[in-house]
Amino acid sequence: MADFERARDGAFDDLLDAIEAGEGEYLECANGHGWLPPRRICPECGSRELSAEPIPESGEIVSFTEIAVAAPNFADDAPYITALANFGPVQVTGMMQDTDGDEAEVGMVVGLDVGERVTTGDRVLTFEPR
Amino acid sequence: MFAEAGLGALDDAGVAPDEVEALYYGNFMGEMADHQGHQGPMMAEAIGADGVGATRYESACASAGAAVRQGVRDVRNGEADLVVVGGAERMTNIGTAGATEALSIAADDLYEVNQGITFPGAYALMARAYFDQLGGSTEDLAHIAVKNHDNAMENEHAQLHREISVEDHQEAPQLASPLGLYDSCPITDGAAAIVLASEDYAAENGLDETVAITGTGQGGDRLALQDREDVTETPAAANAADEAYDDAGIGPDDVDFAEVHDCFTIAEVLAAEALGLFEKGEGISKAREGITTRDGEMPINVTGGLKAKGHPVGATGASQVAQITMLLRGDHGRSDAVDDASTAIAHNAGGTAASTTVHVLEVTE
Repeated sequence: MADFERARDGAFDDLLDAIEAGEGEYLECANGHGWLPPRRICPECGSRELSAEPIPESGEIVSFTEIAVAAPNFADDAPYITALANFGPVQVTGMMQDTDGDEAEVGMVVGLDVGERVTTGDRVLTFEPR
Repeated sequence: MFAEAGLGALDDAGVAPDEVEALYYGNFMGEMADHQGHQGPMMAEAIGADGVGATRYESACASAGAAVRQGVRDVRNGEADLVVVGGAERMTNIGTAGATEALSIAADDLYEVNQGITFPGAYALMARAYFDQLGGSTEDLAHIAVKNHDNAMENEHAQLHREISVEDHQEAPQLASPLGLYDSCPITDGAAAIVLASEDYAAENGLDETVAITGTGQGGDRLALQDREDVTETPAAANAADEAYDDAGIGPDDVDFAEVHDCFTIAEVLAAEALGLFEKGEGISKAREGITTRDGEMPINVTGGLKAKGHPVGATGASQVAQITMLLRGDHGRSDAVDDASTAIAHNAGGTAASTTVHVLEVTE
C-alpha cells in the first residue's frame, strides 16, 4: 500500500458516514427511480429533480457470489461473498461478511451496513441478515 | 505482437504499409500491464505506417470492436480509403492476481470494485440471477466450455489446444461461485489486425477480398450492475445487434454462425439471446442440446471463442472479425464446419456488456 493517506471519495465516503450514523440516503427522481450518489440526472428518465431519501431498512438479495480468486487488495478477505441486493427503489452491491457461503440465498432479507476490508482496513458496504 | 498481426494483415491484403491512412488500435490495460500509455503511434511505427494518425481505443474488452467500428465508419464516410484496425494486449506478465486487478477496473470502482467485485464475480452475479429467474445449471455451462475447447483444437491461432470433459468442468476449482475455472477464458497475450479498404480502393488496386463488413452497431448500458433493471440480460448487445442488422439489411434468421464474447460461459448465453438467436431463457441449454456445436443449427464460437482461443482483451474484437473472415473465405482450420455459410456476426462486449459492438460480415461473391 502507498504510504500516503487515502483521499476521500466524495459522495461515496459521505454515504458510508451516513450509513454508519444510521442515516443512509439514496437519490430519487420525480418518477421514483433510485440511485446511489453522486448523480446530477436520472439516467432512466432524464429528471434533474433528485431528492435525498432514506435507504429502506431492509432489502432482498438478488444474486450473490463467493469469490475465491481475489484481486490483491482483497487477498486476505478471500473467500468472501459479494452480493447484489434490491432495496426497493435502489439496488446496492455489498459484501456479506457475516454469512457463510452455504447459508447465502437469493431472496434473503438483509439490512445495509458498513464493514471493514480485512486486507486493507478500508470500509466496505455490507449486508447483514435481518 | 502487433507488428506480427499488422504486417500479416497487410501482406494478406497485398497492401504496402505506406498505403495506410490511419490506425485505430484497441488496448485496455497498457498502463497497468506494460506501464505504457499512448500506444497508438508506437503501433503505427511497428507496422511501418510511419506518421499516420494513430489513436488508441479503450472500451474495456470491447476496445477493438470500437476500433473496428471507427475504421468502418471512416472508410464509409469517405474520410479514408485504407485503414488498419486492430488491437493488442499483454497480460501474462502481471500474473493472475495482477490481471484480476487490472480487469476489475472496467467495473464501477466506487460501488463494485470497492465491495470486492472481480470480473468473474460480476459475471457470477449474472449467472446466479439467470439460474434463479430463468433456469439452467452449471452443467449447462459445462457444455459450452467443452464445445469451445473442442472447437479450438483445429484453430492454429488458439491459446488452448486441450479438450475437456463435463466432469473436468464440474470438478474444477471455483473462481467465483457458481463459476469455476473452466467457465473463464484464460489470461492471454495476443494481437489482431485487419485491413479495411473502400470498394473503390479495392477495385482500383486489384484487391480480391471476398468478405465485407456490411453492418456495424454499438450499444451502451449503465456501468454498474446495481443500476440495471435486470442483470439476466444485456440490452447494449440487443441494441448493437438491431443497429448492425438494420445496417446490413438482415435479421437474426439470416445469420449462419456467430462469434460471441464468451469471456465466461454464461456470457455466451447472454450474448446469443441478446443477438436474437434464441429467446430469453432458452440460450442456456443450446450447447447441451447440440444446437450451438459446430455441426448444429447455429454454430457459436467455432474458433474456440474467448474461452479457448484466448482473450487478449484489447485485441479480441478485431480477432473475432479476422477469424470470421478466414472462416468465410475457407482458409481457417474450422472452415469445414461452416462451408455453406455466407453471413456471420461478431459480438464484442466490454465490462459486463456496458459497451458492446456487433459487426455483420458477408461473402460478397
